[in-house]
Amino acid sequence: MSKKPVVQSVEEKVYSEGGMDFLLTRQRKFVTVYLPLAVFTFILLFPFYWMTITTFKSNDDIYNYEKNSPFWVFNPTLHNIKKLLFETSYPDWLWNTFLVSVVATAISLFASVLAAYAIERLRFKGSRWIGLSIYGAYLVPPSILFIPLATMVYKLGLFDSRWALILTYPTFLIPFCTWLLMGYFKSIPFELEECALIDGATRVQILWKIVLPLAVPGLISAGIFAFTLSWNEFIYALTFISSSENKTVPVGVLTELVDGDVYHWGSLMAGALFGSLPVALLYSFFVEYYVAGMTGAVKE
Amino acid sequence: MASVSIEQAQKSFGRTQVIRGVSISIDDGEFCVLVGPSGCGKSTLLRMIAGLEEISGGQIRIGGDVVNDMPPKLRDIAMVFQNYALYPHMTVRDNMAFSLELAKRDRQFIEERVSKAADILGLNDLLQRYPRQLSGGQRQRVAMGRAIVRDPRVFLFDEPLSNLDANLRVQMRTEIKELHQRLKTTSIYVTHDQIEAMTMADKIVVMRDGVVEQIGAPLEIYDNPANQFVAGFIGSPSMNFLPGILRRQSGVAQVEFGEGVTLPVPRAATGEDGQKVIYGTRPEHIDLVDGSDGVPAEVVVVEPTGADTEVFSKIAGIEVTAVFQQRHEFKPGLVIRLRPDANRAFLFDAASGKRLLA
Amino acid sequence: MAKSSSQSLLDRFNNSANALGLVFMLPAAAILLVFLTYPLGLGLWLGLTDTKIGRPGVFIGLENYRSLFNDSVFWLSVFNTIGYTAVASVFKFVLGLILALLLNQNIALKSFMRAIILLPWIVPTTLSAIAFWWMYDSQFSIISWVLVKAGLIDHYIDFLGDRWNARISVVVANIWRGIPFVAISLLAGLQTISPSLYEAATIDGATPWQRFRFITYPLLTPIIAIVMTFSVLFTFTDFQLIYVITRGGPVNATHLMATLSFQRAIPGGQLAEGAAIAMAMVPFLIAAILISFFGLQRRAWQQGSKD
Repeated sequence: MSKKPVVQSVEEKVYSEGGMDFLLTRQRKFVTVYLPLAVFTFILLFPFYWMTITTFKSNDDIYNYEKNSPFWVFNPTLHNIKKLLFETSYPDWLWNTFLVSVVATAISLFASVLAAYAIERLRFKGSRWIGLSIYGAYLVPPSILFIPLATMVYKLGLFDSRWALILTYPTFLIPFCTWLLMGYFKSIPFELEECALIDGATRVQILWKIVLPLAVPGLISAGIFAFTLSWNEFIYALTFISSSENKTVPVGVLTELVDGDVYHWGSLMAGALFGSLPVALLYSFFVEYYVAGMTGAVKE
Repeated sequence: MASVSIEQAQKSFGRTQVIRGVSISIDDGEFCVLVGPSGCGKSTLLRMIAGLEEISGGQIRIGGDVVNDMPPKLRDIAMVFQNYALYPHMTVRDNMAFSLELAKRDRQFIEERVSKAADILGLNDLLQRYPRQLSGGQRQRVAMGRAIVRDPRVFLFDEPLSNLDANLRVQMRTEIKELHQRLKTTSIYVTHDQIEAMTMADKIVVMRDGVVEQIGAPLEIYDNPANQFVAGFIGSPSMNFLPGILRRQSGVAQVEFGEGVTLPVPRAATGEDGQKVIYGTRPEHIDLVDGSDGVPAEVVVVEPTGADTEVFSKIAGIEVTAVFQQRHEFKPGLVIRLRPDANRAFLFDAASGKRLLA
Repeated sequence: MAKSSSQSLLDRFNNSANALGLVFMLPAAAILLVFLTYPLGLGLWLGLTDTKIGRPGVFIGLENYRSLFNDSVFWLSVFNTIGYTAVASVFKFVLGLILALLLNQNIALKSFMRAIILLPWIVPTTLSAIAFWWMYDSQFSIISWVLVKAGLIDHYIDFLGDRWNARISVVVANIWRGIPFVAISLLAGLQTISPSLYEAATIDGATPWQRFRFITYPLLTPIIAIVMTFSVLFTFTDFQLIYVITRGGPVNATHLMATLSFQRAIPGGQLAEGAAIAMAMVPFLIAAILISFFGLQRRAWQQGSKD
């Protein structure tokens, strides 16, 4: 028997927090959930704690655990930080890292937005194939590329310059960002673009006025991710840069703060801490975008 | 404003043909509804008119111009999408002004057009809101407002009401019809809902599997369906179909259904003795009768809808729906007697589904 | 009335998916072709020459690979890389999954917990590796100190001086860094599973283990496949952790293929040999990707879950 079709309005599903949680007793939940979680958190965060308190310890405290408990700073000192900032090229490294990361990110975002839009939305001939090869490019690790890249960088006269890094970082940033943005573009309804097409917009106008404003979360995700990946990059920076003032933070801290067999753990830890803080801060502002970016890139 | 004519239009995606030679001509100012089950090609046809799908064969003309190779923006059409396709990052005002701004019209002109459209649709208080802050009905109105401001030659609607709840759908149906009576812009409206088609259209085009089954005014199609498919698709609850065998012997023409049940052949129906036929009768054209009149029917379920009563019963083992304006409380299993109105019943060929009509 | 002939050339171009697609692809394609595809080929070529730093080489065929075949240090690095990847990946998966399941419970400060747990993954690996290096110090290791104080051991552990200690130490550091990635990715997968499935299973009488085994695990398989493919890939080609903590020592005991390749090519100057070692990773990588991806993918498909 035919009935009138009942069209329901689309409602977002909200899963209730808690749900069957009442079936668990409080003690049981403490043992099965909170205790293991606390252990995980402790182990995952301890190295940062250790890094931080070592930074503020005097040499005496660093090397003598018997006098004072090693887990706290009893005579806080800025000595290690002062040494780092004024007696080494650390400020240069910070500046280099920042500059390289920002420029490489900008280039990569520009190229990725166009590529992702072309692959996902223009659907030109062979776009599927190109989309897959971009994914393949994402799987090529830097550790098999750095030797031939080093010879190229040398031949192009870019050795020991920031340009060597700015031009090579996009090789891992573009595949990542393109893949991420393709996911975001995919979620924008086709009808919006069709409607704009009828409204008289060209493809470039559609990209600029409709798609990009709607993909802002994706752009932020891709941007901060690209920035962080550039900031953390190590093997290219280690291989392509030789003079101290051109190094990036990760390379500088490791290669310049160790003289001979003497490890100045205080300033090493200060260098590690201050190199981590910018990304940690950026991260703290954009946690949700990081998580979205990470899980988004994995999901496809 | 313009007429639209579609001549032998074809569309294939790869090897599958979704539109197989469709010809429709729509007059200037007409409200034409394309209706059919999902997958019949009605939306594809609309998108071909809009320029969103390439035309594989045939011609489409808007106001006399062949538009086959014309990009959408030059066709001077406006389209209302099923999910409204409102730009989520723009206010209601910006949504409506977008096409005019792209066309680089001057500011005053844009403001005039937008406020006129907002007046017509009662959107004046919502102009600064974003789509997510609107209810379903308001979104629907904005989508129409966006079409109105362009003052196009043709309005295209792609199932615009299917995302609304039942009450709102009825209300918006009326609004769209009123709007059309006021603006008199040629409109092409796609829906799978035959009630929308019946209530709104000047002209209905019933489609199935990429071909046109019948074109006509709503009541014309209701009264004179060309075949079993159209007969079953138009009308609610849908028409009852009783398979039987046509008997023309000794001057008596009747249809046999088994269990000794027979019904007289509908007026003006053709067909030969012994032909397998389908007897079609609408639920609203069945009468409840007493005594030995009509045929026996065993009640299965009674569904009162308030306004009327739907009775589901079995005639010779075939399920039949009847609608009565009186209230009845039949117990399941009770045998009642029903009599289809022979003047308004139809006979179809069982094999081809074609109407058997002189 | 507009006619199709009035369409400008620019309009045509703007609406032609193929032409515009080509132009849009240009920047990305140019960068990737020059700095990714070409070096990949160049690396393959370099491995077939005798190039040294400061001296262009000539084609010598498979000579580099032949000498690597007889090079015990190379085979040690292959062994190390496989062991490092296998052990670290298994632990990262198990611990990451447990952490994801914990975080998926209804807990206080959920998003805050999720945020701080990702920290090891966000912070530059080199810098956190330096912290591990400091914690593994032979004289001042805080780990040794605590264990001695607790009476569990009687002298400091030589973390990085002993072959197996060093191997375990770098694996632990790698696990530490990789858990957050696995956990948060799997958590995202867990959150897509509708609670009503668990409710239905509970009503059907399923125990918590059965709920995990018959609902969570099968529905999570596709995402596990992808996460672990990435994890294996990153671990196999790891360079930073080893380079910072041990530089491949003691006596090459922790050299991975990536660090050995660097060691031979850059400080050692043998570019060709380094390139050959790097290229030797490729078949392993492809195998690892195929096994983890298709193996798990097919199971997901058999179980009827859609990717």
